[in-house]
Amino acid sequence: MRAQFVLSEIGVGLRRNLTMTIAVVVSVALSLALAGASLLVRDQVNSMKGYWYDKVEVSIYFCTKADAKNAPQCAAGAATDDQIAAVKTDLDKMVPLVKSSTFETQAEAYKHWKDMNPDNALVSVLGADAIPSSWRVKLNDPTRFDIIQSAFAGKPGIRSVEDQRQILENLFGLLNGLQTAAFVIMVLMLSVALLLIVNTVRVSAFSRRRETGIMRLVGASNFYVQMPFIAEAAFAALLGAVLASGLLLLGNYGVQHWLANKVQFIHFIGISSVLQVIPLLIVAGMVMAAVAAFLTLRKYLKV
Amino acid sequence: MIRFDNVSKTYPKQNRPALSDVSLEIEKGEFVFLVGSSGSGKSTFLRLTLREERPSSGEVHVMGKDLGKLSNWKVPHMRRQLGCVFQDFRLLPNKTVAQNVAFALEVIGKPKSAINKVVPEVLDLVGLGGKEDRMPGELSGGEQQRVAIARAFVNRPMLLIADEPTGNLDPQNSVGIMKLLDRINRTGTTVLMATHDQAIVDQMRKRVIELDKGLLVRDQARGVYGYQH
Repeated sequence: MRAQFVLSEIGVGLRRNLTMTIAVVVSVALSLALAGASLLVRDQVNSMKGYWYDKVEVSIYFCTKADAKNAPQCAAGAATDDQIAAVKTDLDKMVPLVKSSTFETQAEAYKHWKDMNPDNALVSVLGADAIPSSWRVKLNDPTRFDIIQSAFAGKPGIRSVEDQRQILENLFGLLNGLQTAAFVIMVLMLSVALLLIVNTVRVSAFSRRRETGIMRLVGASNFYVQMPFIAEAAFAALLGAVLASGLLLLGNYGVQHWLANKVQFIHFIGISSVLQVIPLLIVAGMVMAAVAAFLTLRKYLKV
Repeated sequence: MIRFDNVSKTYPKQNRPALSDVSLEIEKGEFVFLVGSSGSGKSTFLRLTLREERPSSGEVHVMGKDLGKLSNWKVPHMRRQLGCVFQDFRLLPNKTVAQNVAFALEVIGKPKSAINKVVPEVLDLVGLGGKEDRMPGELSGGEQQRVAIARAFVNRPMLLIADEPTGNLDPQNSVGIMKLLDRINRTGTTVLMATHDQAIVDQMRKRVIELDKGLLVRDQARGVYGYQH
């Protein structure tokens, strides 16, 4: 089998069917770009989860004097030192779930709050008394917050048990939603791409039925008769995959140079993740197109 | 070379068999005419020989192989050992004469050096020396059929199957094609030719097999086209 002969056949086939080839390339490019974006969003969520879950804490807030009036669970007044110490004892018993715990006094908490909200008008009104003291608990498995919650909520002197992870979950939920949307659109675009490939191969096989008829007649192997069509589909998919890779790199550039400046608290995944996804897209796109072409030929190119 | 043992072929959705209990044998080196009116089963006979169809019952042996048992992927290899010529020539209009013949060799993976050697030889043999670079559209019907014969014969097949090769030609060109087929037959290649051309059959005096409504009605060693037509 001679490569030059085969390549010239592919070129002739693609040019003869130029409009269909363009349609295939564009739809393959869009579906692969969405597939890649979906994979990258997943990577982004995982990377953010790893980064933030390491830092999140569970806070056990104690009642302040002021809470006695407006929070029923604090009717007994501010938490006593004994109550605070009792919580510590219980926390220490909960190893290995509890990784570590530190106490934040009212004065420290007030200072943190003031540092983070320097312009807040309440700074001058509120004193350290108004901010609750708390145990800051780090968990080995941040998802087991419910155990801490059920162990301490409602105990005497405890105002509330809060999980910082809850705040992040909303963000991750949004990202997961985006990922699902990208995936659904990808599946739709992919079916469009596959149908276009099937149709292109069918038209191509029909317009070359004279050649293929003669090839069969003189005893060309099935592989030899079918290969130009399969190679054509795979080549169109390769062009699409290259286009999709370009789109992803462009998107990554936008995120790195624009979004990263606007949203500084999020660590965005870098170009290395994109470069990992690209070969996957190219291989998946070409295999998909080749298989679609092969199955079409089984039906429309009897050998 | 070709042996049919009680072969019947019924196409799907048809009541009457296209070929009904046909048994015959064609020896190596023979020249055989296959005659019969339209719908007599000639085409089915040829399609079975080429294994474009499988028999509904009975066995078809070609070149020592039982085609009913030949698996699909071995069919191309079997077809390389025989040549085919058709009424409509089946040439590629955008390739030159030499490229048309070379195409048959390229698609079975012959090396370029071998192709460059045998194509001019076979074109000389069929009397088209010097017309290698002409396009099929520039040639007469007789010349186009010679190109098709060159393509069929370039692999030196043991069996040449011709389906009404003179059907589109005037009598003068037909005689030329028949002389060429006769020459090919003399090199030892078995020739099986389906035809409607009474003059040619009567003139050649070769073995004649006649089919009528799927039945084998005559097998005559040195026959003529028909008793009364």
